[in-house]
Amino acid sequence: MSTATAAPRRTSPYVAVLRAEARLMSREPGILFWAVGFPPLLLVILGLIPAFREPSAGLGGLRTIDVYVPVLVLTAIIMTGLQTMPPVITGYRERGILRRMSTTPVRPAALLSAQMVLTGGIALGSAIVCLLIGRLVYDVRLPQQPIAYTFALLLTTAGALAFGALITAVARTAKVAAAIGSAVFFPSLACAGMWLPVQAMPDLMARIVTLTPFGAAAQALGDAATGAWPAWSDLGVVAAWALVLSAAAMRWFRWQ
Amino acid sequence: MSTPPVVEVSNLRKSYSGRTVVDDISFTVAEGEIFGILGPNGAGKTTTVECVEGLRVPDGGRVRVAGLDPVADHAAVTRILGSQLQESELQAKLTVREALELYAAFYPDPADWRQLAERLGLTARLNTRFGVLSGGQKQRLFIALALIGSPRVVVLDELTTGLDPRARRDTWEVVEEIRARGVTVLLVTHFMAEAQRLCDRIAVIDQGRITALDTPSGLIARSAGSTVISFTPSAPLDDEQLAALPALVSIEHKDDRITLAGSDETVNAVISLLVRNHITAHQLRVTDATLDDAFLDLTGANR
Repeated sequence: MSTATAAPRRTSPYVAVLRAEARLMSREPGILFWAVGFPPLLLVILGLIPAFREPSAGLGGLRTIDVYVPVLVLTAIIMTGLQTMPPVITGYRERGILRRMSTTPVRPAALLSAQMVLTGGIALGSAIVCLLIGRLVYDVRLPQQPIAYTFALLLTTAGALAFGALITAVARTAKVAAAIGSAVFFPSLACAGMWLPVQAMPDLMARIVTLTPFGAAAQALGDAATGAWPAWSDLGVVAAWALVLSAAAMRWFRWQ
Repeated sequence: MSTPPVVEVSNLRKSYSGRTVVDDISFTVAEGEIFGILGPNGAGKTTTVECVEGLRVPDGGRVRVAGLDPVADHAAVTRILGSQLQESELQAKLTVREALELYAAFYPDPADWRQLAERLGLTARLNTRFGVLSGGQKQRLFIALALIGSPRVVVLDELTTGLDPRARRDTWEVVEEIRARGVTVLLVTHFMAEAQRLCDRIAVIDQGRITALDTPSGLIARSAGSTVISFTPSAPLDDEQLAALPALVSIEHKDDRITLAGSDETVNAVISLLVRNHITAHQLRVTDATLDDAFLDLTGANR
């Protein structure tokens, strides 16, 4: 080596892990497509159906596409939290990557938080793309209560990541994690209003659904989108789920 | 020699669901020493070093690395101890360069990863992803990662498993270089040649216990037969006369050939016995026992 020992720039270990994980994520086009591309794509396709662009009396004069934008925003978050993240982290544990890391001064928690930051970022990115497509292509109004909407969105993302972390904690292998992720994915979508918007559900059903994390999130996001401040009960349900799921994930997570 | 040992293990015990894997193991490793842990598969070697690395919590006994408890002072121990684990992987799509840079960022005073890559013959593979490296290349990358934090102690578990003979010899040279720079090495192996060549002292572990702890030559000398005499007699020899030979440890017959394990004393006695009986010894060979023989003897694996 040269005499001028160019002292290598010290990179913070957390930044280094985040950078490495971001690079790795960028090398997974399949995962990225589903996480980032699928909800916007579905929105574009739904918007191509002429009937979905007509105001409907059953939806209080709203168009179907108006109702679907918030649902797809939520889909983006649910998908990345429940389906993208758990197999990755479980795979890291299964293959001894977390174990190897725990012999270094950096805690494997660095890897987990990097994954959460990335997955959360992808989820929010995809959600924003959905909102923009809705606005620019189908003339869906942007959320009328931006602050409340952002708050509800961040809370929902935290809930989805906590749910994903719990799946990671209980699944022994990446395959099991993917299977559990898929198994809870569809009920979560149903609660979020994929097949029947929460606003259009019969009263009793809506009441039950808004006790689930994504049902309450759909309700809160829906309120914020139309300009109302979301009910504290809905935000409270999402927050409570996020806390309970995180606590359970921390309780059962194994490094090896 | 009053420098305190770098690694101290005393009365270590560990069991998994009632099955005792490590049963009262004690040893110390001095600064700058290459200390080998040798034993058959399942003897408890890996569990022992995993307790030193802080990956497992001992059921009993005491482990110290430079005076620190690997479990309670885990963070401090990780800064001075580098590990190459028996079974681990990296992210499949991480390249060699990225892995080296990433792990270098974990340590306060990392080694130059380019030099490490060069010494371990990885320079041509810097842009190759981990998932497509050969077994030997992966192994060398893990050795590099064990050294990247400029550790005081490295634990190398099954260092050369999966390497071809050439790569194995290169790796041995790397270990000797590591030691030449004052780094203490704890080496887990089941290769006799590796232990014999590299280690200053060896603990032989069998069924969770240390059956012998000595230098390689000490182990050979203390094992039952340090000298092996083999020959084909021109006429049958009386077994009773053979059995009466001094310092004799074992007799083996294979076809006409007789193999005796004993000491120098046995050699002289055999020769006079043959002369007395006017028997010629064809293809007479007198060899020193190897660590292999000592190992089989000490672990009871030859039963």
